[in-house]
Amino acid sequence: MSNELTWVVGGQQGEGIDTTGEILASALNRLGYYIYGYRTFGSRIKGGHTNYRIRIAQRPVYGIAPQIDVLIAFDQDSINRLAGEMAPGGVVVFNGKGGRGKLPPGVEGVRLIEVPMVDLARELGNPIMKNMVGVGVSAALLGLAPEDIEPIIDERFAGKGGKLVEANKTALRRGYDAALQALGEADGHLHLAPADGRRRYLMTGDEAAAFGALVAGCRLVAAYPITPASEIMHWLVKKLPQYGGVVVQSEDEIAAISTVIGAGYAGVRALTSTSGPGFSLMQEALGYAGMIEAPCVIVNVQRAGPSTGMPTKHEQSDLFEMVMGSHGDLPRIVLAPVTIEDCFYGAVDAFNLADRYQTPVILALDLALGLAKQTVEGIDFERVRIDRGAVALPDDLNWEGGDFKRYRFTDTGISPRSLPGMPGGLHLATGLEHDETGHITEDRGNRVRMMQKRLRKFTQVDGVEAVRYEGPEQPEVLLVGWGASYGALREAREILTERGVATGHAHIRLLAPFPAGPVAELLGRARHVIVAENNAQGQLAALMRQHIDSADKARLRTLNKYDGTLFLPAEIVEPVLAAVSPMAASAKEVG
Amino acid sequence: MATVIRTPKDYRTNAAPWWCPGCGDFGVLRALQEAAAKLNLAPENVVLVAGIGCSGKIGDYFRSYSVHTVHGRTMPVAMGIKLANRDLTVIAAGGDGDGYGIGLNHFIHAVRRNIDITYIVMDNHIYGLTKGQFSPTSAQGFKTTSSPAGTADRPIKPLQLALSAGVTYLAQAFSSHPDHMAEIIAEAIQHKGFSLVNCISPCVTYNKVNTYDFYKERLVNLDEDPDYDPRNYDLAVETVRKYDELVIGRIYIDDSQPSYQDLLPGYAEEPLVKARLEYEPEHWQAILKEFA
Ligand SMILES: Cc1ncc(C[n+]2csc(CCOP(=O)(O)OP(=O)(O)O)c2C)c(N)n1
Ligand code: SF4
Repeated sequence: MSNELTWVVGGQQGEGIDTTGEILASALNRLGYYIYGYRTFGSRIKGGHTNYRIRIAQRPVYGIAPQIDVLIAFDQDSINRLAGEMAPGGVVVFNGKGGRGKLPPGVEGVRLIEVPMVDLARELGNPIMKNMVGVGVSAALLGLAPEDIEPIIDERFAGKGGKLVEANKTALRRGYDAALQALGEADGHLHLAPADGRRRYLMTGDEAAAFGALVAGCRLVAAYPITPASEIMHWLVKKLPQYGGVVVQSEDEIAAISTVIGAGYAGVRALTSTSGPGFSLMQEALGYAGMIEAPCVIVNVQRAGPSTGMPTKHEQSDLFEMVMGSHGDLPRIVLAPVTIEDCFYGAVDAFNLADRYQTPVILALDLALGLAKQTVEGIDFERVRIDRGAVALPDDLNWEGGDFKRYRFTDTGISPRSLPGMPGGLHLATGLEHDETGHITEDRGNRVRMMQKRLRKFTQVDGVEAVRYEGPEQPEVLLVGWGASYGALREAREILTERGVATGHAHIRLLAPFPAGPVAELLGRARHVIVAENNAQGQLAALMRQHIDSADKARLRTLNKYDGTLFLPAEIVEPVLAAVSPMAASAKEVG
Repeated sequence: MATVIRTPKDYRTNAAPWWCPGCGDFGVLRALQEAAAKLNLAPENVVLVAGIGCSGKIGDYFRSYSVHTVHGRTMPVAMGIKLANRDLTVIAAGGDGDGYGIGLNHFIHAVRRNIDITYIVMDNHIYGLTKGQFSPTSAQGFKTTSSPAGTADRPIKPLQLALSAGVTYLAQAFSSHPDHMAEIIAEAIQHKGFSLVNCISPCVTYNKVNTYDFYKERLVNLDEDPDYDPRNYDLAVETVRKYDELVIGRIYIDDSQPSYQDLLPGYAEEPLVKARLEYEPEHWQAILKEFA
């Protein structure tokens, strides 16, 4: 019996491979297992390899595991690609269109069995049901009962008629029986130890962020479709109308952010979601929102760049652009959720910060955070507070006519805003430099004071978690990261700790304004600092160097992965061990 | 409470216009102020969304809530404001470069959506603020600082473009006739759906071709033609083509189309800014269960 294993289904895109993964993931979730589900796909709709990977555990898991225990392969291509990752004692189940499956040379200790999944489905009248046969096969391998899966089938096909539900259940049973026959009792080691059956939730980061936005009071979404961010719009378009909210599919990203700025200026919490190329298009408008001090939230679900790069591959390489993009001295807030669950809270924070600081807030997700599915223990809705920031009260307004000081110089730099429709609140909102009333001016004194006013708002962004630290008080090694690498870094810390290296893990959540104080404090405690991130230039490391002093700078090493995939824990553990060994004292860079 | 009667003066700000003496934009500003007075609009319920260019400065001179966007983005910003608060009168204004050059994409999409805003384009066939380059409406062969040999580009025909994109209110007016322009703008504001008023607004500094006299000699006023019917789409298309767009007055009006926001799922009777935001935790638990 296993406490943890990884199951993968592989095949051609457009064949419903995802459905296979999702049905199994839902069933496992209901049984009380912790899940981390990750899709590998290419930038085409039909054809080409795709796989859905589920790490199944008895404890929370935040990332992928290095080895596959069960592979359901619908084609030889999937075997060729994935067999090298098989764990000793693992099982590959094969059935493609004709021919027998072959394990590539050099793959040993792995069992290949053939189950006629496609033929069984065809016999039942619909070859696409091979996916459900595959789920049945998986249930048998993992030691689940068909009854564990059936309720999911009921729900998933509810709207499509009883016939389809029954057909799918039959397919499930056929797969289950066929696998039992083919396997015999021998593979019981793959059976999962029973889970606690507690109710938990399975969601992607995109869904969590969208849900957070809804709960935070977002009522307008304007976006242009892009991988891997579209799911945010898709989720919200199903929900917002029930709350009197609207979703606009814009003609492009410039329009999307402009609509959001218009809505934010007029007093509605609004969001746009995008990824790299779209975010680049938004840069001019970003500065504009900062200048007219209009709240807006931009979710940037990063993918591999530059340019259109690798649309379906994970990367964390927009940090420079998020933190520094757009012309001029533009203060902005950039928040990077730490986990999928945190995408929910991050979205809530983003809306509150946008209103409080009257500024664009960028919620930085990455492809792995956005699209991976993970078990979420629960959401604490009591924690959600809606803070609309400083809106002018009737007494503040100029009832006598004349101009309202929308950009009033205040100690905090935050000026109460009036919203269209408020008598006495008339003003000009312009991207040109302006005075307290909004009128255009290039007066030198005003320029300096207005710039300082805007900057003052960001001297301290409070009320949000800036850095998440896990580990001992005095670590020998400090691992630093951001975004979806949390899982790998967390496990690397556990492994290093087991091996006797006192390791701490700091995950930076607030990227701008940079929490220099707390970060410097953490760096000061450790002998070795390793910054691990999924980009080639070490963008977080560069940002840290900008904000820390030279002694800490000298100790900082970087670990970069930019092949489109997530870190595996071992890819962090090994270089760290090499770096901290006395022999490697002179090594400057890792990886 | 006594009803307030407003005059054009109520829509003036303290800022003195930075336009060259004689600029056509003065006429547009005057017409807009007259139109607002005619409709007795409360300034706090009007948002003027302006573009970038000489024309875009109009936002600083018209007393209302005013938004001066970046270059070319008046349409989506105005749309965000209108969707946020349906009780507001949202008017966008800007130049031909702003609207038909950098912002052309948004213009077409705003037209096709039929969102309830009024768009006033101050068309001078030139880029004024950047010192006289040709604009998308300049005639082919037009010589400017950026086209010393005459432009190779053929001009955009905004009226035909708007008609083909499905505009539901289309008119053209001339700065020399601000009263006529005011009448049209007032009507356009009242139109439920997207309205375009292309305002011919000569640039006296950089455009030596499309002058006041040029237009005075050529413009045909459709409002004075008893045979012209602005509800006849085919006639509108034919007429703007026949006169090569050198017409003023109501060109096309269709009141039968629903507006974008009224077709948008979720768009309530109540302005979005007043939507309820806070719900009990139990309410959200029900949605969370969908993830189980
Ligand atoms: C993105 C961007 N590109 C270029 C400019 C420079 N620019 C300012 S106004 C303008 C042209 C304005 O022309 P038009 O809209 O016809 O207005 P006019 O000045 O003629 O009234 C340009 C190109 C800018 N502000 N922003
Ligand atoms: S340059 Fe032309 S458009 Fe600009 S203010 Fe002068 S006359 Fe008007």
